Amino acid sequence: MRPFSYARPDSLDGALAELAGNQGAPDASAAPVRPVAGGTNLLDLMKADVMRPTRLVDITRLALRGITETGDGGLRLGALSTNAETAWDERVRARYPLLHKAILAGASAQLRNMATNGGNILQRTRCYYFYDTATPCNKRAPGSGCGALTGVNRIHAILGASEHCIATHPSDMAVALAALDATVRVAGPGGERAIPFADFHRLPGDTPHRETTLRPEEVVTAIDLPADNLARHSTYLKARDRASYAFALVSAAVALELEDGVVRGARLALGGVAHKPWRDRDAEALLVGKAPGRAAFAAVADAVLRDAKGHGHNTFKIGLARSVIVRAFEEAAGLEPS
Amino acid sequence: MIPIPRMPGLLEGPTTQVGKPVSRVDGRLKVTGAARYAGEHAIPGLLHGYVVSSAIAKGRVTRIDTGKAMAVPGVVHILTHENRPDLAWLDRKWKDQDAPKGSPLRPLYDANVSHSLQPVALVVAESFEAARLAARLVEVAYEAEPHQTSLLMNRDITFTPGKDKGGFEPPPAPRGDADAALAAAEVSVDLEFTQAAEYHNPIEMHASTVEYHPDGSLTIHDKTQGVLNCQSWVCGVFNLPKSSVRVLSPFVGGAFGSGLRPQHQLFLAVLAALALKRSVRVELSRPQMFSFGHRPETWQRVALGASRDGTLTALVHEAVQESSQAENYVEIVVNWSGQQYRCDNVRLDYRLSRLDVHTPLDQRAPGAATGVPALEVAMDELAWKLGMDPIQLRLKNYAEADPNTGKPFSSKELRACFRQGAERFGWPDHLPPPRSMRDGRELVGWGMAAGVWDAMQNPASAKATLGANGKLSIATASSDIGTGTYTVLAQVAAEVLGLETADVAVEIGDSSLPQAPIQGGSWTVSSVGSAVKAACDQLAKRLHALARDAEGSPLAGVGSVRFADGHVVAQDDPSRRMPIQQVMRAAGLPVLEEKALSVPYALGRLRHTLGTHSAVFVEVRVDAELGTVRVTRVVSAIAAGRIINPKTAGSQILGAVVWGVGMALEEEAMTDHTLGRVMNHDLAEYHVPVSADIPDIDVVFVEEHDEVVNALGAKGVGEIGIVGVPAAISNAIFHATGVRVRDLPITVDKIRAGLAALP
Ligand SMILES: Cc1cc2nc3c(=O)[nH]c(=O)nc-3n(C[C@H](O)[C@H](O)[C@H](O)COP(=O)(O)OP(=O)(O)OC[C@H]3O[C@@H](n4cnc5c(N)ncnc54)[C@H](O)[C@@H]3O)c2cc1C
Ligand code: SF4
Repeated sequence: MRPFSYARPDSLDGALAELAGNQGAPDASAAPVRPVAGGTNLLDLMKADVMRPTRLVDITRLALRGITETGDGGLRLGALSTNAETAWDERVRARYPLLHKAILAGASAQLRNMATNGGNILQRTRCYYFYDTATPCNKRAPGSGCGALTGVNRIHAILGASEHCIATHPSDMAVALAALDATVRVAGPGGERAIPFADFHRLPGDTPHRETTLRPEEVVTAIDLPADNLARHSTYLKARDRASYAFALVSAAVALELEDGVVRGARLALGGVAHKPWRDRDAEALLVGKAPGRAAFAAVADAVLRDAKGHGHNTFKIGLARSVIVRAFEEAAGLEPS
Repeated sequence: MIPIPRMPGLLEGPTTQVGKPVSRVDGRLKVTGAARYAGEHAIPGLLHGYVVSSAIAKGRVTRIDTGKAMAVPGVVHILTHENRPDLAWLDRKWKDQDAPKGSPLRPLYDANVSHSLQPVALVVAESFEAARLAARLVEVAYEAEPHQTSLLMNRDITFTPGKDKGGFEPPPAPRGDADAALAAAEVSVDLEFTQAAEYHNPIEMHASTVEYHPDGSLTIHDKTQGVLNCQSWVCGVFNLPKSSVRVLSPFVGGAFGSGLRPQHQLFLAVLAALALKRSVRVELSRPQMFSFGHRPETWQRVALGASRDGTLTALVHEAVQESSQAENYVEIVVNWSGQQYRCDNVRLDYRLSRLDVHTPLDQRAPGAATGVPALEVAMDELAWKLGMDPIQLRLKNYAEADPNTGKPFSSKELRACFRQGAERFGWPDHLPPPRSMRDGRELVGWGMAAGVWDAMQNPASAKATLGANGKLSIATASSDIGTGTYTVLAQVAAEVLGLETADVAVEIGDSSLPQAPIQGGSWTVSSVGSAVKAACDQLAKRLHALARDAEGSPLAGVGSVRFADGHVVAQDDPSRRMPIQQVMRAAGLPVLEEKALSVPYALGRLRHTLGTHSAVFVEVRVDAELGTVRVTRVVSAIAAGRIINPKTAGSQILGAVVWGVGMALEEEAMTDHTLGRVMNHDLAEYHVPVSADIPDIDVVFVEEHDEVVNALGAKGVGEIGIVGVPAAISNAIFHATGVRVRDLPITVDKIRAGLAALP
């Protein structure tokens, strides 16, 4: 771990003043001054010498904790509310059971007690090479190459990857947030702005070290969930290598709006397959107007995975994703096994 | 054959302490944190070392620039091959008790790099944090050479090792003509198996704290399975007299074989302590736990031929395992196949392929956990082909005597394991066909397999000291790697002298105590337990003599006594008795001490094959569409002689079943062969089972009487528990799905590929 200085401001303004010096850094994750919330990802990466901030701004005293009504029927999740608090909040359970399930599918009870909502969506890839400083990795050391592309890539991306990086975003929570059309609220020197969840994470392209559209001088303050009618027919399904405490090989957050046996709206976000939670609105639209059923779900899966590409060890994920999508929709629609 | 005399000193039943499910005597210390592990000793002025590990798999270090690292405040010294003090140069000096044939690794000896993560420097600093930071700043330049790390690409470049490691036996000569018999067999299977390398990964990472004393002597707190092994190794490498080196390891946070050989953190800590004349601790990081010793990657072929009634007519078992360039790590993989079943035509073949990796190392049931599962899957496949129940096939070819040697077994209750295990599991008379049991979205399957392991014994010594307060202390240099050694030794001692287990204090893990072997091979109860019994037997004899001779003794003239409730009691007249404390008082002895060496019962061992056996029954559920597996039930029936403590022994089997689940479904070192490096080197990505993966496990100890194995009649249970599990799981997955995966671990991708290929 490199030496760093530490500040613990009491106010958002104080925190923003600390972060002001980051302006011009290529990406928030690589900026010299880093907010620290639960620390469960940042500290690990600092110990592994992967992240090397020179200053940590402890934001846990900021008034960014709590889950409140948005006024238009939605919920606002404080950036500093823990994953556990969020998952077990009665309103979240009743109105966004998909989010409840997705959070609980991740990490362990101990980690969820520490991890915050802001930190969760900003957690970084679990790519083996990213963690091992003796190996090439464009994300960690731009220009050094991508070790995973021709190396061990069992856990890597099948969608939206580039020849520069095939890493995945590891969060479960973020997959649910993508499906729920959440908005990330951020504060910066110029005031507040809202980033639609779909625009929050980037694809790797030729700049895999640029991970989000959060500016290095900004702080995530909350995540807004809009009101919706998705609670009844939604689920989160996670396929992984062991029953708990493993990142998703493939996960799916799905939700259906059903009316008179016909789909009026459909949501599908995939985890474990791309550099960001993967949404494909064209594929979702295929379901609208149809009766829920295996064939219709399979057609969505085929559409989502049309351009999927494996890299060797991870090629099985394409078929697995197909099965997971179909199963998740079946469960959401309440269809029994045939 | 001339009958052999009965083993002297056999423990007779009924017993009062032995056989009781006593809770761990060290349990409270461990759960309260009072037990101090090797890296937890606070010593004034302690320095901290952090290892710099090689970035390449093979080649040379061409330059080490320590400038930036030395500038970190608190850094005291950086040891490299360029500035290290003199070291022993004879290979012999670097050998330890568990070393195979070859040249052991000499860390920082020269510029050569023979494997990824090999230590190339040690940073020593006033704090751990400073050492770790500086280690990142040491700049090492390499000249890389081409390396080979893939066993499957090198599987044809092999050699046949000799008797290259203690305890290893090369395969026996062929019997009959297995290949011809195979070709002619009415029914046959011919199968290939592969298995990923596994790392031990005990939760406690390897650490050594070396206390440097002003006179130059060292007290070393080491994570090890053998304090004497480490002591003599340190003395050899650093040319120190034994009197200057004391090694302590009273508590070990798991090891599973990783602590059988002195590891490089010990070497580096001693090196730094001697160079700086200061106390030093070196603790490895989790990724560095992938820098030494592992269960080797293996390729196997098992071919079985049988007649239609299930009689085995041919058995071929070939294995190729990886070893390093410098040492011939060997383990018994194929010999078991010649021992488990009766067959007239057997050919067993075992080879090594050298790779640019660190030397593999014994890991729980080394060899057996690799070879037996392959055999047991092949037996299952043969049973299905024959249309025979898998238990019936095994009974049909049951070996009453060891077919490899012709010798009888000292005891072998494998039949009872099959019977009792099947009953507990509810194994049906007729197994439904594969892929015929469905519950909702899941396919349900049942599988079984047999297991076998050795019942070994090594010479060991122990000291027993009886105090005037009637309390007994036991001392021996053995260790307790979490197995329950403290507890069972106390039970054995209490049994012999008619005390309560709570009246016995056990001291172990100290090289200044009486000799004991490294703790491995499931031989500790057999070896050290026998030594404790022998020492206590001697004490009993002396107490008997003293009691008989005491003035006005109620035992005057009594020729035969027993010990119960703290008393010496006449064998035929329980009313004639004398408290032990009174015996000692009468003799004017404040303490009574006896030391004993116990050795294996050579004659009996020469004439028999000794082993533990198991039958494992498993239920799995496989999601028919996703291909994910859950193990939902396990019954493990074990025959291991007398069970000294059903609770600690049961825990050994539980833990080993969990290991078997890991081997079958999860554990896999993933190597990038371009870099020659294991990439999933942390516990987030190197998967071992979590609680949610583990169902209720039902352990059955089958009654087994053995008068050859040792005076306790106990065989040791640390390893047998894993042996049958991977095959039973694999067989159950086949039964559930119709899919065979012969490449461990059986992960979701492989099951899906099998499901997709089903007709
Ligand atoms: C062994 C292990 C297993 C895990 N398994 C899973 C899993 O299965 N699924 C899963 O989803 N997750 C898993 N996790 C990850 C875990 O969910 C994340 O570590 C956690 O959510 C991060 O939250 P935190 O508050 O601790 O973030 P921190 O570590 O404090 O921060 C993470 C990043 O976010 C930045 N940051 C934090 N808060 C803000 C803010 N308000 N504004 C701007 N920047 C901010 C930090 O600067 C840092 O870059 C696992 C973690 C571990 C260690
Ligand atoms: S996949 Fe991305 S994170 Fe992984 S090695 Fe390649 S560039 Fe680095």
